[in-house]
Amino acid sequence: MSEQQKPRPWALWLPLALFGAFVVVVLFGLLRPAEREVASAMIGKPQPQFDLRPAVPDRPGLARADFTAGKPRLLNIFASWCIPCAVEAPQLARLAGQGVQIDGIAIRDRPEDVAAFLARNGNPFARIGADDVSSVQMAIGSSGVPETFVIDGKGIIRYQHIGEIREDQLPLILDKLKEAGL
Amino acid sequence: MRRWTGPSTRTPSRDRSPPGATLRHWTRSLAGPAFAGMALLFASPHSAQDSLPPAPYAYRQLDDPAQEAKAQALMETLRCLKCQSQSIADSDAPMAGDMRSQVRQRIAAGEDPEAIRAWLVERYGDYVSYAPRVTSLTWPLFALPLLLLLTAALLLRRRFGKGDGG
Repeated sequence: MSEQQKPRPWALWLPLALFGAFVVVVLFGLLRPAEREVASAMIGKPQPQFDLRPAVPDRPGLARADFTAGKPRLLNIFASWCIPCAVEAPQLARLAGQGVQIDGIAIRDRPEDVAAFLARNGNPFARIGADDVSSVQMAIGSSGVPETFVIDGKGIIRYQHIGEIREDQLPLILDKLKEAGL
Repeated sequence: MRRWTGPSTRTPSRDRSPPGATLRHWTRSLAGPAFAGMALLFASPHSAQDSLPPAPYAYRQLDDPAQEAKAQALMETLRCLKCQSQSIADSDAPMAGDMRSQVRQRIAAGEDPEAIRAWLVERYGDYVSYAPRVTSLTWPLFALPLLLLLTAALLLRRRFGKGDGG
């Protein structure tokens, strides 16, 4: 090999260094905790059009029009078969006790099961719609239960809380309601 | 705390048996027992499960084979939001069934598959779709291979170019 064709020392190591960097990136992606929540892309957008039948006999059903009365409301996506939904029930009860308007959507649920769930855990809801095929859930970009949305007085989705509301998260929810104009 | 994401979601789907399913079946039959064990570990003793029957078109194909083929192609490229590494065509999660039903009903109503995908992306972000899109964020992924190929071609030409005595 002639003198001028000899690569510089650093160039010799460059491919290995690049490969090493690649391995680090892959390992980082692999070892990072895999839990991923799918956030709704509907924040800041108006609620979709919907009109759900009542989920239980003693509460009215839920429609988009119910959210445009001028005051912000909470929309709680729940189900009687969902265990964290029972965990957040005391928190919802406290919010309702402070005068927060809460509406519910029961996902894939039978009226008798919803009624039993509410009898067990309390009923903080003003209205409860039944979403038997998750259609409204999909339309607002919710991917599981429980989820709680803050809807402002004009029906715009302002905030999405994924998972059950824990006790230490109550101030956060109240803040979000305030931001939405309560 | 983890959210309850429904009953076990990794059993094979019942509504189809695509060509080349054998390999997938094999990987599933291996993953099945392991996952069942994990599911038992994490499952609540009260085995919560929704009691409603599946949505109308969750496990029922469309009558028109051409429409069903369109729906199937779309469903294979939409992510199951509860299981996240399966397509909705592959998942038995109730929500995946609801998504399949909605996809089939919209296709039957004449909606374009890409319009349905766009509708879902509008709600869940790009994450819901397995079909890659060229956006301001992803264009390097498409540009880089072309750039590398071009560089390689140039290097090879310099090295093996005719008559330069390399």
